[in-house]
Amino acid sequence: MPLLEVDSLKAYYGQTQALHGVSFALEKGGITALLGANGAGKTTTLRSLCNMVRTEGAVRFDGEVITGRPTESIVRLGFGHVPEGRGTFTNLSVDENLRVAAYTRKDAAAVQRDRDMVFEYFPILKARIDQQAGTLSGGEQQMLAISRALMLGPRLMLLDEPSFGLAPLIVQEIFRIMRRINSEAKVSMLLVEQNAALALDLADDAYVLETGRVVMSGKAADIKNNEAIRKSYLGY
Amino acid sequence: MEQLIQQTAAGLANGAIYALLALALVMIFVSTDHINFAQGEMAMFSAYLTWQFIQWGANFWIALPLVMVLSFAIGVGIERSILRPLHNAPVLSVVVVFIGLLTIFHALAGGIWTHTIKAVPSPFPQVSFPGSGYIGAHQLGMIVVTIVMLFALFAFFRLTPLGLAMRAAAQNPASARLAGISVDWMLALGWGLAAAVGAVAGSMVAPAVYLEPNMMASILLYGFAGALVGGISSPGGAVAGGFIVGVLENLIAYFGNVIERATGLYIVGNGEKLTVALIIVITVLTLKPNGLFGHVTVKRV
Repeated sequence: MPLLEVDSLKAYYGQTQALHGVSFALEKGGITALLGANGAGKTTTLRSLCNMVRTEGAVRFDGEVITGRPTESIVRLGFGHVPEGRGTFTNLSVDENLRVAAYTRKDAAAVQRDRDMVFEYFPILKARIDQQAGTLSGGEQQMLAISRALMLGPRLMLLDEPSFGLAPLIVQEIFRIMRRINSEAKVSMLLVEQNAALALDLADDAYVLETGRVVMSGKAADIKNNEAIRKSYLGY
Repeated sequence: MEQLIQQTAAGLANGAIYALLALALVMIFVSTDHINFAQGEMAMFSAYLTWQFIQWGANFWIALPLVMVLSFAIGVGIERSILRPLHNAPVLSVVVVFIGLLTIFHALAGGIWTHTIKAVPSPFPQVSFPGSGYIGAHQLGMIVVTIVMLFALFAFFRLTPLGLAMRAAAQNPASARLAGISVDWMLALGWGLAAAVGAVAGSMVAPAVYLEPNMMASILLYGFAGALVGGISSPGGAVAGGFIVGVLENLIAYFGNVIERATGLYIVGNGEKLTVALIIVITVLTLKPNGLFGHVTVKRV
């Protein structure tokens, strides 16, 4: 059974319909990429999964229908959402950002283990622990955003353009660590990226969105090796 | 000189009440960006509750925590039932609701307890202590209670997970939801805390003035002034601002009197205390829009 099943998901911003029935499935333990141009509905899809926009359709997580539940209760099921723009609590310290993320968890020992894990992945955060998070560099804030999601103890991470606005070297490092998180911490991932080449290297499966619809799907490797698809849908 | 010290001490005591009310205003402002105009009337209503418990035979120090809990519940209830449907409403609708609340609490208090003024005994023993020539026991008590409240709230927001969650929800509601925090409840909690702090303010000021439905009207204005001078986004600043406004208004009247006695020239006196205090507030805000102690957020651009 897939970890996440999305069935004809529609989303609306006011009167404007942004998703016109998106369907896809995500296997447990895998990394799935959602690709597409600006405005294709990638971010909206992620936001719909957490009920952050008005949606219709069915979302099943681990077999359970979660459509229509408040964002915070969906999150508590194990959704680590790394939002567009990183969502840093800029006035709080790095330490407080991490503690907020673990707010709903009761098992102090497990939280401490995850904290140690986060510092192993991103040692720079440990060095910046008492710094106001708004003063971190863009790359550090992205690391903090991923760490916040990890502190929830997620089963599924939703990553919204983790490469956005970052220098190529930093992007490489972050993607390397995302692969480690996926294989070591056994966290499944749904990755939204405009940088298709980067995402296809990391992902197992990929879906291509165009104006709120899935127009193409398959194994990441197949899409990467198919020049016709790349040219027509991904522009490279 | 003695009079100067007395006036300063009395100013600090008044300032303590302004500070408490400023603190209550800040509590709601930081999470919702709204100034609760009904805060003063809610505090007045809580003071009546305290008085009622004392009438029923309770000791003040038992009545006050009870009333704080009750007020907390009323605050949470108001947020959940009246303000929650207005979360996305334009700010003017919210202002109208606040004015409505103000009128309702005013009318309720008058309706239940009548408009006759009532004396409330001070909860502090009238003993003499070093410096009691300069400041009364109740005045000193108000100052101490204010400082205790400030530290208690500071500890709550800095040291407890719930306090941290409330700060996170106030600062970035979307991200707070993504951390599993129920932002709606955090707002309600903010209202509850504000009402509880207001209850302390009302119950502390009632023995100093007389208990009646208009008791808090001018105090709210001073509290608001204090919050703005100190920085409406900063609890510590609001308390400092409350004290500053309290001391200023007394010293202005004092120096006005001194000048009048020396030169025969009347510039300011007791009658203009509020006016001058408000002029100072406007001056401070013109020069430092975030208030004296307001947060200047460091941001990477």
